[in-house]
Amino acid sequence: MQILQYLINGISIGAVYAIIALGYTMVYGIAKMLNFAHGDVIMVGAYISFCVTNYLGLPAALSVAAAVVVCTLLGIAIEGLAYKPLRGTPSLAVLITAIGVSYFLQNAAQLIWSSSPKNFTSVVAMEPISLADGQLVITGEVLLTVCVSALVMVGLTLFTGKTRTGKAMRAVSEDRAAAQLMGINVNRTISTTFAIGSALAAVAGVLLCSTVPTLMPTTGSMPGIRAFTAAVFGGIGSIPGAMLGGILLGIIETFSKAYLSTQFSDAIVFSVLIIILLVKPAGLLGKQIQEKV
Amino acid sequence: MKKILNNKTRRTNLMTYLLVIVTFGVMQSLSSAGMLGSSMKGFLVPICVYVSLAVSLNLLVGICGELSLGHAGFMGIGAFTGILVAALLKEKIPTDALRLLCAMGCGGLMAGVVGFLIGIPVLRLRGDYLAIVTLAFGEIMKNIIGNLYAGVDSEGFHMAISTSKMKMEAGAKYIINGPLGATGVQKIATFSMGFVLVMFTLFVVLNLVNSKEGRAIKAVRDNRIAAESVGINVTVFRMKAFVVSAFLAGMAGALFGLNYSSVTATKFNFNTSINILVFVVLGGMGNILGSVISATVLYVLPEAMRSLQDYRMILYAVVLILVMLFTWSPKVKEVTSVMSDKLVRIFRKKEVGTNE
Repeated sequence: MQILQYLINGISIGAVYAIIALGYTMVYGIAKMLNFAHGDVIMVGAYISFCVTNYLGLPAALSVAAAVVVCTLLGIAIEGLAYKPLRGTPSLAVLITAIGVSYFLQNAAQLIWSSSPKNFTSVVAMEPISLADGQLVITGEVLLTVCVSALVMVGLTLFTGKTRTGKAMRAVSEDRAAAQLMGINVNRTISTTFAIGSALAAVAGVLLCSTVPTLMPTTGSMPGIRAFTAAVFGGIGSIPGAMLGGILLGIIETFSKAYLSTQFSDAIVFSVLIIILLVKPAGLLGKQIQEKV
Repeated sequence: MKKILNNKTRRTNLMTYLLVIVTFGVMQSLSSAGMLGSSMKGFLVPICVYVSLAVSLNLLVGICGELSLGHAGFMGIGAFTGILVAALLKEKIPTDALRLLCAMGCGGLMAGVVGFLIGIPVLRLRGDYLAIVTLAFGEIMKNIIGNLYAGVDSEGFHMAISTSKMKMEAGAKYIINGPLGATGVQKIATFSMGFVLVMFTLFVVLNLVNSKEGRAIKAVRDNRIAAESVGINVTVFRMKAFVVSAFLAGMAGALFGLNYSSVTATKFNFNTSINILVFVVLGGMGNILGSVISATVLYVLPEAMRSLQDYRMILYAVVLILVMLFTWSPKVKEVTSVMSDKLVRIFRKKEVGTNE
């Protein structure tokens, strides 16, 4: 029974990683850049939700909506101001700019909300479900996280597969120049991707802080790095890959903490990543592209 | 002399050395004349450390073309090895400078060996995947160092990665105490040794870059397949760059560790790796002189802005973004290239005029 409980906890934290990883993977697939500021957008989303519930006294659902709107706008603004002027330059230049944006967001948050941790109130008001005489406890957060990530996954798959914008996104990620020749507005498609990624980050931020309630300006960075690993794990650029990678990472993390070693859980998670990459260099579900001369 | 000055690479190299020597001379005389504030004095060793780290990372990122996000990991290995060696040799080598040299050498060697071991699997990957694996190794190293215990008691030297396995006598002193890091470190790092380290790093990297090996490494960066087809063993040369870079980072780390009375493993995290990378990219990829200057300026910049208090890091972030936009944005580049063309033309005319 214990093992089931760990599995549930692992899936729950993994589902949060998966939602963050989706943002990384979509941006990477289309803009071919590692967006290191993504983790900090998560933090901004959580703070917005925190402020709306605590200072304005509005219900949780509204606070999530506010976080999503603010983060979407933030994502579009970041892309337009910092990344767009650098399109077509070496990826390292964009990477450093992303790091600059990340510093900016963290320090702006520190100025606005101070560096002292805030106690985030969970957005879920539900009694935990006890199964098998209390040996198995499923909290409302776990249910919500898993449901939301499943919804996001299905939604994104339908979106990229069926809608015109989604198809444009796939086309741009396949071949930017050819997509442009077919009349796709590449700049707008990339902006849309950033908007979606940032909206997901807001959702992830709220879910993350509902599960782990301390909120600080650096809250987003470690889950950001973990989720980035998850995205690579599943094959960066692939939507089902990010989902699979996130959930697997969550499970591995929880199990290694429970059965192997609490202190070395980081080392174990990253070692698994390295082993996976050595066996499958493009990640679990990534496409191996043959290099041509 | 004229022959040396006519060669552009040699001229740049000479300038790099001269700049470092002159800066050291000026700072040293200022410091002995008591004209430096205590905070500025405290920056001298870290600046040397970061200059060496930036130059060594530039070898990997700029010259070899491999993005590494785990440089701080090697720095950490060097730091803790250095602290350990310095503490163990305390009785055997009473001279501080000599002990420091030993510690730096051991720190470098250890980082180099770890770099070699990591390099075997890692260098099979390329590009962003290599970057993420170096990030992962950096985190693993930080994690392991952060749980390392070492100390000496009457039975000799003990080392373990958990408190329960650490069979120390009660009351014996730990040199490295797990998550608390190394405490009570004797501060033996000096600015002169920092200068020696920078010169050594420059000597190794500049000579490597301008040698047969260096040209092979650059060829691998520019076109791997072409390099392979003319008989360059890609893996060997990438490995050489990786190990040399790790070795130098380890030495710098040892100096860094011995500059503070207590050091924790969290210092050598992802953010530190990123900071070193920022120095390299802003200084110019593959440009060693650029790394030296940018590491110095960017290290001092946030400290100099301390009067702005909470706004300084935000300002630093804005400066970082703006510099990237101004140096890389195609539109800005167009404008600046037109301007510099005009400037060059003006200067050329003057030069021609004086020669006649």
